[in-house]
Amino acid sequence: MREVCVVGIGMTKFGELWTKSLRDIFVEAALKAIDDAQVSKIDSMYVGSMTPGLFVGQEHIGAFMADYLGVAPIPAMRIESACASGGFAFRQGFLDVASGMSDIVLVGGVEKMTDGADVTYALSTAADQEYEVYQGITFPGLYAMIANAYFHRYNATRKHLAMVAVKNHHNGTMNPSAQFPAEITIDDVLNATMVADPITVMDSSPVSDGAACVIITTVETAKKLKKPIIKVIGSGAATDTIALHQREDMLNLSAVHLAGESAYKMAGIKPEDVNFAEVHDCFTIAEICIIEELGFVAKGKGAEFTEKGETALTGKIPINPSGGLKSKGHPVGATGVAQVVEIVEQLRGTAGKRQIKNAKIGLTQNMGGSGASCVVHIFRTE
Amino acid sequence: MPSPRYTREMPQRYRLEAGRCKKCGKIYFPPRIVCPRCKSKEFEKIKLADTGKIVTYTTIRVAPDRFAAQVPYSIAIVELNDNVRITTQVVDCKPEDITIGKTVKLVFRKIQEEGAAGIICYGYKAVLV
Repeated sequence: MREVCVVGIGMTKFGELWTKSLRDIFVEAALKAIDDAQVSKIDSMYVGSMTPGLFVGQEHIGAFMADYLGVAPIPAMRIESACASGGFAFRQGFLDVASGMSDIVLVGGVEKMTDGADVTYALSTAADQEYEVYQGITFPGLYAMIANAYFHRYNATRKHLAMVAVKNHHNGTMNPSAQFPAEITIDDVLNATMVADPITVMDSSPVSDGAACVIITTVETAKKLKKPIIKVIGSGAATDTIALHQREDMLNLSAVHLAGESAYKMAGIKPEDVNFAEVHDCFTIAEICIIEELGFVAKGKGAEFTEKGETALTGKIPINPSGGLKSKGHPVGATGVAQVVEIVEQLRGTAGKRQIKNAKIGLTQNMGGSGASCVVHIFRTE
Repeated sequence: MPSPRYTREMPQRYRLEAGRCKKCGKIYFPPRIVCPRCKSKEFEKIKLADTGKIVTYTTIRVAPDRFAAQVPYSIAIVELNDNVRITTQVVDCKPEDITIGKTVKLVFRKIQEEGAAGIICYGYKAVLV
């Protein structure tokens, strides 16, 4: 397999983008990435999106976006894995270049969630429709059940969940693309409206519109383009049971663990070699569980680790310097690619006020549903 | 939902019909074609236990349109006495009465309905015993 580099990045602001349609936001992000990369052609493209069909009645968006970007007839397809659609689109793009099939690939993620669809229903399609959703569960509900089981086993409280949200909001104030770039307090979270006990509105990532795109290519082309060499050194992915109640242990996000292990093995590194990471904080409890599964901290110690400030920008391993899904926003399919955008900004040294010093190795972790799919990528600057 | 989609799941929702792998003994609810554990394709039809314990739970306060009128309602993951876990509402009690570890029994209840003119959908819910 050939080595693959990220040479261009671009994203829209995440938020309620009333004046922009699904195609508008994708093209905006794609043009930014193409301009950043300074490439004059693309060989193929992958578009990650969870459910443009349910949100705006539009499927077939691989072809649709190739058309509106003006790059048809290149091969294009949509990749779907619920909230991990963007991350899996990146993996497919990576494989396209690594295999030698294509030289320059555009990977994008997009979701347009504010055009009036039943968002709770649309997102619930990531769960077991007949045996979870049929009964009346919602996504906040699934993560609320994970949180209650976590509190019961490990001695954590709602305050620990709030600390994740507070940290991510603080990071978001330094991200011009963030949907909610505002400081919040622990009390803001503890007193917020309850969605599914103990998950409040302030524990939940928002409903957002947005798109993020990257251009990936070979090391040779990256050198010709005179870009800093930022290599994809690891890619791992895994699946688990779709229903939370069918997991071997419902507190083990084993797809995250396995995807991480696979990526670390390919990269030839260990968790302690990672300098910072963008992880899938769809709900605050998810970040606590994920940092444990990725090996950054022992099982059951994620809450305490967060409380000690180890995941803050100034901590041992900054998690979600972009503001995470909570503050930056979570246009579902765009998230996985936006995580890559942040890693690249950090590794290039262009992250402004939220720049992590000596960032050399960054990791992205994108997850679908209640953990049924997960994809991890590791990046290193040379 | 369309009637055939509903009718297909009736044996599970009305009668708790599950499948036990003939080779390794693992029980699947709903029944499966392939056993993920041992890859066997031979199963026997069994009925699930109808009592169990609460493994974890929550109370839903923001629901999809279909369940909006029931808010707030509690949902739990229940581990039945045959070690099979299911997701089900816990009803006929206050949210604060529910704790992890409490014993429940499954009862036949109305789950949802398809709007003003659609079919009424039934299934299992849990009550504290």
